[in-house]
Amino acid sequence: MSRTVLTRGTVVIDTEACKGCDLCIDACPPAVLAMTTHTVNARGYRFPLLFEGCTGCAACSQVCPDFVFQVYKYETPLTVALEGP
Amino acid sequence: MSRTTRVDGHIVVRTDQVPAEPARLVDDFTPALIDVGAHHLCPGCGEPVAMRATLEAVAELDVVRRTIGVFGIGCYTAFSNNLDVEVLQALHGRAPSVATGVKRARPDTIVFTIQGDGDMVNEGLQEVIHSAARGENVTCIMLNNGVFGETGGHMTATTVLGQRTKTSLEGRDPVAHGRPILLATLLAQLDGAAYVARGAVNNAGNVARTKKMLLQALRTQIAGAGFSFVEILTMCPTGWFVETQDAPAYLADNLAAVHTGGVLKDVLGDSDRQEGP
Amino acid sequence: MTARLMEGSEAIAEAMIAAGCRFFAGYPMTPFTEVLEHMARKLPAVGGVCMNAESEIEAVGMAWGAAATGTPAATGSTGQGLSLMQESLAEITLARLPLVVLNMARAQGDYYQATRGGGHGDYRHLVLAPGDVAEAVELVQRAFHLSVRWRNPVLVMGDYYLAHTARSVTVEPLDYGPRPHLDWALDGSTGGSGQAKLISFLGSAKQRHHVGYDLSDHYAACAADSATMVASVEPIAECLDTDDADVVVVAFGTPATYAKAAVRQLRADGARVGLVRPVTLYPFPTDVVAGAAEGARAVAVYENNQGQMVDDVRLAVLERAPVHFIGGLSLDGSGFGIAPDLDVSVLRHRIEQVLAR
Repeated sequence: MSRTVLTRGTVVIDTEACKGCDLCIDACPPAVLAMTTHTVNARGYRFPLLFEGCTGCAACSQVCPDFVFQVYKYETPLTVALEGP
Repeated sequence: MSRTTRVDGHIVVRTDQVPAEPARLVDDFTPALIDVGAHHLCPGCGEPVAMRATLEAVAELDVVRRTIGVFGIGCYTAFSNNLDVEVLQALHGRAPSVATGVKRARPDTIVFTIQGDGDMVNEGLQEVIHSAARGENVTCIMLNNGVFGETGGHMTATTVLGQRTKTSLEGRDPVAHGRPILLATLLAQLDGAAYVARGAVNNAGNVARTKKMLLQALRTQIAGAGFSFVEILTMCPTGWFVETQDAPAYLADNLAAVHTGGVLKDVLGDSDRQEGP
Repeated sequence: MTARLMEGSEAIAEAMIAAGCRFFAGYPMTPFTEVLEHMARKLPAVGGVCMNAESEIEAVGMAWGAAATGTPAATGSTGQGLSLMQESLAEITLARLPLVVLNMARAQGDYYQATRGGGHGDYRHLVLAPGDVAEAVELVQRAFHLSVRWRNPVLVMGDYYLAHTARSVTVEPLDYGPRPHLDWALDGSTGGSGQAKLISFLGSAKQRHHVGYDLSDHYAACAADSATMVASVEPIAECLDTDDADVVVVAFGTPATYAKAAVRQLRADGARVGLVRPVTLYPFPTDVVAGAAEGARAVAVYENNQGQMVDDVRLAVLERAPVHFIGGLSLDGSGFGIAPDLDVSVLRHRIEQVLAR
């Protein structure tokens, strides 16, 4: 079974700047951020991963204490087909 | 190149490159007026978020080339040599008098202070009250996390009842430790204070509201309407003995319940409203 | 320019304005209060700002802020108020800011506070001690010049007598050349340039160019500059009849006027006495005192305290001659430093006792 998601925006994440505080995860209204579970950056911190459905609202960059995010809004929202589970 | 990649067993969107599809930049990494984004403040600290909002407000009002920031002493002092605005470092508690001297000597500058709660409400309570009473045309900004962060997390005059700190390990007790001072509430009563507001940075909505407060505070100064003050509740998971992801809720449930958010006084806004269409 | 009869406090205020002072902050305290009153009246008339601060700590804070903008600034108090200001004074020195600080002292017990640095840490202030109203007019102006030249606070040590003695003086602005351009001064204009200025007692290295504050670097640089300042500033002392003196009297400030009168009387009566009056308390005129002690039988130090400057005299004189302390606490009931001992016959008698040894 496949479904589609409207993705209006995206982020660039400076994974090396992240200190693994998790604040972006709860801040994201469409809940499209999740921390890595095993992968860590050079300083040993987990960092956020982005899933489809970003709205480009910039809540993540606004709450991030380490200036990890660069936020973009697509000129035309992308309709993305998600691969099955 | 594929838009997605696989990390820790998940298909995720690549976030290591700017988007290939046409897109506009909504928010950049480090704000222009912060020189170096990397800092050694704790993971989950709210102070960099408050610094960002402050400097974005300065940039938005286009006063960068006449702004002088006066810093107190606390964790946020790490930013005093990290800004692309002119900065004067003051002693713990003493920024308001120094800011007064700057502003009186150079009335055409825009002067703000950055101070913690320990700095402003403990050591420097007299200074901020007198500056407010004088109606000094400066903007004092308090980063309130209810602890002395830099020295390791001790009780301040704003620590709330029940809050555990290194000098109130069983929780702040009214008999042993007294009760917190609600500084914004105190200052709003002074005639010289023209704008008094309390914000927070524990979620994106609050960050946006706090940014509006900072803008209005600076507008109050630009208009020469009197003393402006913005108290910003910031997370300190280290000082609060909580996990970083639990700090925003701790702030909401404990600090913001006592130091309640909102605009307490807005002389400029009131006069704008009266003159409004 | 005509001479006018004015009390020392007013003359000092006029001298500050003549030196270019355009910011003054103070808190009322005897015998400093009148200086604040005069500045409150005179400074606005020349476009300056005088603040009646809510405490001495806020007074020095306001002066600090004004000084950082490059505005010639001053503050002051009496000894107790200076005590309150010490943390700020120590850190203003590390922030490399010019500032003139007046101590309208009660008696002479603040010598240690002024010359040993009453604040924490290791720093040096230049200290000037006028002997009378006319000299105060000159030294206050010199203080502003020196503080800008060395980017360092300069203390002017006065007292109750200086504040309240009225003399006919002409406040001539002294010419120290054009005021240098202060490239470190803040006015906001370097904001957004990538080179925004910073004035901090923690150092001036920006993170953009350096990792962060390095206090060891900064303190070492300040100490080096301080040593250069101390080595470069010419110590000043007034000498009277020291060449052939058997007994050399050393005294500073307004009490030295009485000592000088006693010395003149004794000379007129045939006694070989002389006087050295240090004018720079820091750097102390060590060589002058040593030179005067050469060939003398004794050195007699008068000061209105339990013995403070006498330490510096002993360090200067070493084995050349014995040093006797002929001072002591002399106060009336007010504690403002009105000294019953400031009486030429009293001082003459004490010098005679040393002559007779």
